[in-house]
Amino acid sequence: MSTDSTVYIAGVGVISAIGNNVVEHLAAFKDEKAGMAGITLLDTIHKDKLPVAEVKLTNEELIEITGLREHNSRTALLSLAAAQEALADAGIPNFKTLRTGFISANTVGGMDRSEDFFVEFLADNSKGKLKNIYDHECGSMTETVADKIGISDFITTISTACSSSANAIFYGARLIRNDVLDVVVAGGADALTKFTLNGFNTLMILDEAFCKPFDENRKGLNLGEGAGYVVLVSDKIAKTLNKPLYCKLSGYNNSNDAYHQTASSPDGTGSYMAMQGALKKSGLQPSDISYINLHGTGTPNNDSAEGTAVKRVFDPVYPPMSSTKSFTGHTLGASGGVEAVFSALAIKHKIIYPNLRFETRMNELSFEPEKKFLTDKPVNHVMSNSFGFGGNCTSLIFSAV
Amino acid sequence: MKAYIRSSACISAQNTFGKQPFLQDIVEYTGTRLKTIEPDYKQYIDPKQIRRMSHVIKMGVAAAKECLAMGNTEMPGAIITGTAFGCMEDTITFLTRIVEEHEELLPPTAFIQSTHNTVAAQIALMLKCHGYNNTFVHKGMSFESALFDAIMLLKEQDADNILVGGTEEMVDISFIVLTRLGLYKRFPVSNLSLFGTESKGTIGGEGAVFFLLTDKPSTDNLAELTAVKTLYNPKSIEVSIEAFLKDSSVDIADVDLVITGKNGDTNNDKIYKNLEQSLFKDTAIANYKHLCGEYPTSSSFGLWVAANIIKTGEVPAVVAQNKVNNKAPKKVLFYNHYQSKYHSLMLVSSI
Repeated sequence: MSTDSTVYIAGVGVISAIGNNVVEHLAAFKDEKAGMAGITLLDTIHKDKLPVAEVKLTNEELIEITGLREHNSRTALLSLAAAQEALADAGIPNFKTLRTGFISANTVGGMDRSEDFFVEFLADNSKGKLKNIYDHECGSMTETVADKIGISDFITTISTACSSSANAIFYGARLIRNDVLDVVVAGGADALTKFTLNGFNTLMILDEAFCKPFDENRKGLNLGEGAGYVVLVSDKIAKTLNKPLYCKLSGYNNSNDAYHQTASSPDGTGSYMAMQGALKKSGLQPSDISYINLHGTGTPNNDSAEGTAVKRVFDPVYPPMSSTKSFTGHTLGASGGVEAVFSALAIKHKIIYPNLRFETRMNELSFEPEKKFLTDKPVNHVMSNSFGFGGNCTSLIFSAV
Repeated sequence: MKAYIRSSACISAQNTFGKQPFLQDIVEYTGTRLKTIEPDYKQYIDPKQIRRMSHVIKMGVAAAKECLAMGNTEMPGAIITGTAFGCMEDTITFLTRIVEEHEELLPPTAFIQSTHNTVAAQIALMLKCHGYNNTFVHKGMSFESALFDAIMLLKEQDADNILVGGTEEMVDISFIVLTRLGLYKRFPVSNLSLFGTESKGTIGGEGAVFFLLTDKPSTDNLAELTAVKTLYNPKSIEVSIEAFLKDSSVDIADVDLVITGKNGDTNNDKIYKNLEQSLFKDTAIANYKHLCGEYPTSSSFGLWVAANIIKTGEVPAVVAQNKVNNKAPKKVLFYNHYQSKYHSLMLVSSI
């Protein structure tokens, strides 16, 4: 390992239902404006029943913004939009001469196009346009974006359900710490698809109203879509930059709940271990944490398990916390990346995001999320939680520099 | 820090699972698709669960458990898997139902088991393993990415006894689609004469191979995993291989055997044939994809072959391409490329 193995965040980029870039996100948070609405992009029977948080751009508009000539999936378009913003924001001199990597995450690859293919294919196995299935693999999304942003030294894709991009970020940081790379663009993307919408619907965890994370009367989650990336740099590269760094990635942990394929354990074992592990890695105490960006999907099960785990780690003194999924919906494989960007922005702008629509404290908890957008708050250490199917639990800690 | 392969378990189209002589009892197939030989899953999984599990989950869990048993390890420190396509059977089942049932009254099981991390998650669940758990899904680099992660974890001293695997299932529909995409030969071929047809396309395959990695030396270890590298669109593969060897202070003359990812497709194999005229000119060559078929994580089968060659000291006749020196190989270089874009290198050494 290099002598100073600190990994810094030098740039951020994000696209979600509440904005197409960082500036729009900050405005939406300030205005407490959620991104959920009726379904417009998907041809589905759930159209008028389930609200979703769509990015407010068509594929054609995304093609124009990103400069891709054609697209292999909306996921790749969203990914490219956010990755380009992050890289431009970081403004790394001599980028081409450095050892660079792109570590991206998603959960269903080019499923939006595969769904089109499948309708014709099922009727006749010799039919269905092959270009709609060619990029079905998750890795195709990453490859398309890496080619466009000019990264080839190290590219890979992670898929651990809803914790995918949190794992991508910390894998990226470890590649720098192990002196494999100098700069890594890391995060994830996922577009809304009929596959995931119907999947979550069969599990009966979608709220027919706007979601209410951490509320006693929460009914479920709203699906969202988007992408979020951070540009990670080594200490050596950080010293060459002409602008202030956002923060450093000071702690991370990946633990498995090992309880059930989709449900979280009642005492939040995996979440607890992830939070404790990240604290240990960072050398921080629970009382050092200024803000927790909760996984907070709004499902009865997740919020109960996560709440219990937060209690086990932080009781009796709780930092402000909120689920920004009350704005963006649950962006699945993108959520860890999107929320890492929010964590970095919270530190830079000294802000804490509200948990929209919160009314009633959960019976089993002695704390509740923050309801107001707070400014001028010294935010030194942010914990960001991402938990997924398969018991995959990851916590990241971002610290001011 | 050195990384060792403590044990390995392999489910493939050959008799490779459990205690068997190393690639002696070879199975010949005629066609363009090799299916795995199924172990007795009941020995590894509760029969009630077997019924609900797709092929890739069953293969993955059984190979992982057998690998742990062979390595005398009850609880791994981390579980890392690589798969390009993930849980294809469940994905296709759910997608088909969405279309055929017009999104109504869908059962959730296929969706629940469709996520790419299902195999790693099911292993964790069965073992009650709370440690690090990750899944890489990057085309022909999925397994190598997982392996690279494991080596970093060992270096960081964050985990030991790391279970790493490559899994892939081929279902009828993916075989039809991949055939339409031109991956496979248009005529039936014997897998044992795959390299002699001088034609386009290869044969499809599937499998699950797990390894237990440790930094603790032991005479029980199979081999040392000296180095792993992945490359994307390298300018010159020959220069990259030389640099890779140099990083481990190894000269090509020190390499006793090169295992290549030749798959019988003339275009694909051009890269290997060029190397045989240059860098690998004086090196013994072995190939393996005629045994397991081509699939994105087939490099895990290649590593299994390499580790067992080191352990047994013998190069089975069925993998040897040219005349192989009788002395037991001490250093084996593995080189595979995936659709000419992704290249992976592994150096496996005797302990």
